[in-house]
Amino acid sequence: MLEAIRQALFEEMERDPAVVLLGEDVGVYGGAFKVTAGLLERFGWERVIDTPISETAIVGAAVGMSYLGLRPVAEMQFIDFIACCFNQLTNFVAKSHYRWGAPVPMVVRGPSGGGVHGGPFHSANPEMYFVHTPGLKVVYPSTAYDAKGLLKSAIRDNNPVLFFEHKFLYRRVKEELPSGDYTVPLGKAVVRREGRDLTMVSYAAMMHTSMGAAEVLAKEGIEAEVIDLRTLLPLDRETLLASVKKTNKILVVHEDTRTGGIAGEIAALVCEGAFEDLDGPVLRVTSLDTPVPYSPPLEERFLPDVQRVAAAARDLARY
Amino acid sequence: MKISLRREQHLELYYYMKLNRALEEQMVRLFRQNKIVGGLYSSLGQEAISVGTAYALEPRDWLAPMIRNIGALLVKGFKPRDILTQHMAKYTSPTLGKDGTSHFGDLKVRHVVSPISMLGDLIPVMTGIAMAGSYLGQKIVAMTWIGDGGTSTGAFHEGINLAAVQKAALVCIIENNQWAYSTPVRRQVPTQDLADRAKAYGIPSYVVDGNDVVSVYQVSKEAVERCRSGQGPILIEAKTMRMKGHAQHDAAEYVPKAMFEYWKARDPLDRYEKHLTASKLWDAQTKAEIDARIERELQEDLEFAESSPLPPPELVEQGVYCEGCHTIEPDWQRPKEELVPPKSSVAAVWEVEDFGAFEKREEPAAAAKQSTVLASGDGRRHPAQPSARKEKAAKTPARNKVRR
Repeated sequence: MLEAIRQALFEEMERDPAVVLLGEDVGVYGGAFKVTAGLLERFGWERVIDTPISETAIVGAAVGMSYLGLRPVAEMQFIDFIACCFNQLTNFVAKSHYRWGAPVPMVVRGPSGGGVHGGPFHSANPEMYFVHTPGLKVVYPSTAYDAKGLLKSAIRDNNPVLFFEHKFLYRRVKEELPSGDYTVPLGKAVVRREGRDLTMVSYAAMMHTSMGAAEVLAKEGIEAEVIDLRTLLPLDRETLLASVKKTNKILVVHEDTRTGGIAGEIAALVCEGAFEDLDGPVLRVTSLDTPVPYSPPLEERFLPDVQRVAAAARDLARY
Repeated sequence: MKISLRREQHLELYYYMKLNRALEEQMVRLFRQNKIVGGLYSSLGQEAISVGTAYALEPRDWLAPMIRNIGALLVKGFKPRDILTQHMAKYTSPTLGKDGTSHFGDLKVRHVVSPISMLGDLIPVMTGIAMAGSYLGQKIVAMTWIGDGGTSTGAFHEGINLAAVQKAALVCIIENNQWAYSTPVRRQVPTQDLADRAKAYGIPSYVVDGNDVVSVYQVSKEAVERCRSGQGPILIEAKTMRMKGHAQHDAAEYVPKAMFEYWKARDPLDRYEKHLTASKLWDAQTKAEIDARIERELQEDLEFAESSPLPPPELVEQGVYCEGCHTIEPDWQRPKEELVPPKSSVAAVWEVEDFGAFEKREEPAAAAKQSTVLASGDGRRHPAQPSARKEKAAKTPARNKVRR
């Protein structure tokens, strides 16, 4: 997946000189995870900019660049640090087009998520702060193919896109990518596995956990339909509702903490749009309402796993 | 560098300052009639700064105003009707009623970035504009303002620091009006001159009498042209006084009366009118003609604003996202080929000078060199070797220094 993201950056920079990168250690060092390795060498100092440790200035400068028609891609070294530029993103960036018709065609991307024992400040899933912010788009892919295609769409989009990259997946998910240019549209979920008994909705690393649970359930005769959201804002209501109308049950699985996670939003929109079709409660499997802990036994308890997802699905299937 | 103004430029400065003041007086009347929907922030006594700084820009240059920089918006080509309709939340306003006050801009023609209420955030944004301008080969300068209070924000520091390391063509004016809402400047910042903050970023700074429009213009013009030549960002501190409360609701009873009196005697418009008369740059008839023009224009725009409709409620959901309403294409002023391989390719290796060694560090005198350009006649704050100072002093106008 990491290589897919690097390829997307490489190809977009090759295609359009308006695409520039900025962030901490993205140039000579090639980024903390080496996502931008080799890009400085190829595209030069003006297009791959090593910045001071100043998230507010990184995002602010990207806004200014986008006002002059560039398409900057700003890196957060770890997505946890996006909290440092919360004001720029939620007040300056998100409201710009609405307030005075100034589009902000920029991308903020960075490694997110837990499962790698990064501790409370290198494991966060802060997507919901921004899903609650009209004007932004929020993308969180689970496969290498999608990561490349969605990042290309994000760069070409005229709106600000936050692009979350699950670091647990960086070197764990591998697949052959088609040669040549392709994009994956923003705002479209995908059905990863067809099923009739219940719908499991997830994204990013938990999509793989959900697929694992679906396989366990299949051996027990429960056929789960698995939906990968891919884009969290705007949310693909149509795909969700169509699946619920088919299976009549829905389980949401996310690595984000429980309270205020996207499961609550999905529960509400299912109640609004498909209540009559429901044969059971909307259930959720999520992380616990705590900071992400450091020590392995604590983090393992914190994160959802295949067993917990399968158990919740069994409960739901019984309705 | 001797920067002089032609007679018509002098008169134009008067026009904008007077228009700025008359427009705000008009808005106070509207406020009392409950026709201003939200708050009203006065720039009374600060008009010379907004006008004198923005007047140093060329049409291709960019600015981002703060709440009290109505004058800068007028200089950049916005009309009183734009400001009136913004405050009155009308559908005909530049933001169609979605935002108020000076919170509007124009990417295409006037090159104005809309501010937000959070202080300091404009500085990194304008740094990005300067960086992109240089990338595109446009030779533009980006200008923005910050209050004395706003210099305490993290965004200010991050922005100026990034501009400094990137040598971005950014002119940042610290409008020191002595008060951050109700807190005096000495309780916010311990230094005598806020321009001293520039030292921390290794960039030049000026201190100017913010109530003298000609000085403000001259210093700004010099700063803008130095920036344009690629010397990096410049900080200008303009000393002035906020002659009203933070906004209309605030009677500013926390300000000592004598302080208002001190500054009232230094009113920038009165001073400039006397200067024009003393320098024989105008006569009573010229003044009357300009004043009549302002009154006429204001009246016209007031009628336009008052007769404008409020926005239709269904507008609320429109425009959250750009859905094909904008075509985004940079204005390339240099060959794109320079920015794509093979021409763009480099050896990705840092060149590190002097290895950061203690014994190889610059002597304090030498380190001060870059600031001495602006510090001639001010050995107290920027001690430099005599030879260095003499050499630089010849190129530098006398520093416009406030005495207390």
